Amino acid sequence: MDLQIFIAFFIILRLRKKFKTKTAFPQWEKILLGLMFVCIALFTVQASFNFLKPLSGWIANGVVAVVLGIIYLNDEFSSERPTMFAVLPLILVSFVEDVFKLISISFYNKIHYFFEAASFFAFIWMIALLIINNKQRKALIKEQSKTHEEEQKNKFMASMKAQLEIQVAERTAELTSQKETLEEALTELKTTQAQLIQSEKLASLGELTAGIAHEIQNPLNFINNFSEVNTELIEEMKEAIAKGDSEEVLAIAADIAANEQKINHHGKRADSIVKGMLQHSRNSNGIKEPTDINKLADEYLRLAYHGLRAKDKSFNAAMKTDFDRYIPPINVIPQDIGRVILNLITNAFYAASQPSALPDNTVAANHKTPTVWVTTALIPPTEDEGTLVSLTVRDNGPGIPANIMDKIFQPFFTTKPTGQGTGLGLSMSYDIITKGHGGQLTVHTSEGTGTEFTILLPA
Amino acid sequence: MKILVVDDERDIQTLFEQRFRKEIKDKSLEFVFAFSGEDALIYLNQHEHEAVLILSDINMPGMSGLELLGHIKQKYHKPPPMVMMITAYGDAENFNMAKQLGADDFLTKPVDFTLLKEKFKLIY
Repeated sequence: MDLQIFIAFFIILRLRKKFKTKTAFPQWEKILLGLMFVCIALFTVQASFNFLKPLSGWIANGVVAVVLGIIYLNDEFSSERPTMFAVLPLILVSFVEDVFKLISISFYNKIHYFFEAASFFAFIWMIALLIINNKQRKALIKEQSKTHEEEQKNKFMASMKAQLEIQVAERTAELTSQKETLEEALTELKTTQAQLIQSEKLASLGELTAGIAHEIQNPLNFINNFSEVNTELIEEMKEAIAKGDSEEVLAIAADIAANEQKINHHGKRADSIVKGMLQHSRNSNGIKEPTDINKLADEYLRLAYHGLRAKDKSFNAAMKTDFDRYIPPINVIPQDIGRVILNLITNAFYAASQPSALPDNTVAANHKTPTVWVTTALIPPTEDEGTLVSLTVRDNGPGIPANIMDKIFQPFFTTKPTGQGTGLGLSMSYDIITKGHGGQLTVHTSEGTGTEFTILLPA
Repeated sequence: MKILVVDDERDIQTLFEQRFRKEIKDKSLEFVFAFSGEDALIYLNQHEHEAVLILSDINMPGMSGLELLGHIKQKYHKPPPMVMMITAYGDAENFNMAKQLGADDFLTKPVDFTLLKEKFKLIY
């Protein structure tokens, strides 16, 4: 029995199976199939005709050489080379053995133990190498399956990622549209706020108008009166001239001149009141200028008082002022601070004329005269702050109930009946003082006694 | 006849002195001026019974004309002088309050000096 035939046969079988030569390499399939038949033929010959054994052995050697050559020379079968190296020693030993047999069978018989041993080692070598190869192959398969798994995983992740990206895009589009809607709403709100601020200004202008009318009435009365007096004086002057009393003429002329000055003075006074009114209604130019806070407070106190008086003839309240004469001019936006003062004073008059929270039969309730105090003071610098100017507006109204104290500076909060207050007065005042001037606006109240608002401004 | 005029507008003095210069010249009328309710009371305390007639504005800073009227008619001066109230607001409440406190007359601004002169004539 020749080992070469078996080995050749199995290697061919393996090649055909492993590389699917039937479909992948049809040109090799023919050759391999042919070689296989040769192997079978040799096998049959060897089994049947003993005398043909040496010849068939040589043909088998040839077949093996061809098979190994095919593996060695063709790259497509390179993965089968380890198998080739596994069988090669055994093949070589057989080959050398056959050569020796051919040359001298007697010499071969002498050393055939050596060949048996070599065959044995070659066989061991083949088995060991095949096992190792097999192991390596399995490891390779494992590795491949692992790689494959990873590829699958990666593919899965990629598809998940794509899905996520689609979702993110959808959400982003949703959010963008929401953002746009919100931005539109914000713009609308800002416009509305601007309109409300304007209407609050107009409302306070309405409060002022009556006061302004009263304030203008006084200088106008003087202008009319003095001009009437001058008409009379001119008549008298004519008489004096007719009499030739030049001393009297000069005296009358001096009076007329003095009266003209008065007329001029009161004309200017009315003018400045109108200008103040225009300034109040105009949009604030936002320019700070040195301002006499006492004068500003006094002006707006009068305007507020007369405004309320004109609106409600039965309104009567006492005003008490205590101005610190040593306050230097401070840098403020006069229209804005004027608006705050007007707002606080109007509120104070409104509160002071509210019915007392005390029971009607108490002495305090019966003897309360609605009163508003306006006080200014210069506060010396401390470690934390520089010199401050304080302006306090106090009333003896019913006070602010504790449950609404934290709401009074909120926009649109009002205790007045619907339509009578915009609810923007205090919130606007708060913004003007804190944001516009870096000052503070605080409130102290005690129910039944009154309320006190204090503006603190840096001097 | 001595008349005390109480008003926080200082130019009222010039105006009255011009308007009544003939009467002042022939000394049929004599005017004194106070620019607040408090000043008026101080003057009245110092010169008791000198002023026969008091002309007072109602709306003044500090003591109002009505408070002054109350002081004059209820607490001081027996017999008290005549008091005429002048106000820019011809409202019923002020009028009633003034009458209730004993005001002898009630005028509204702007003052009609011809009318005022006639009223003075009736008194002296």
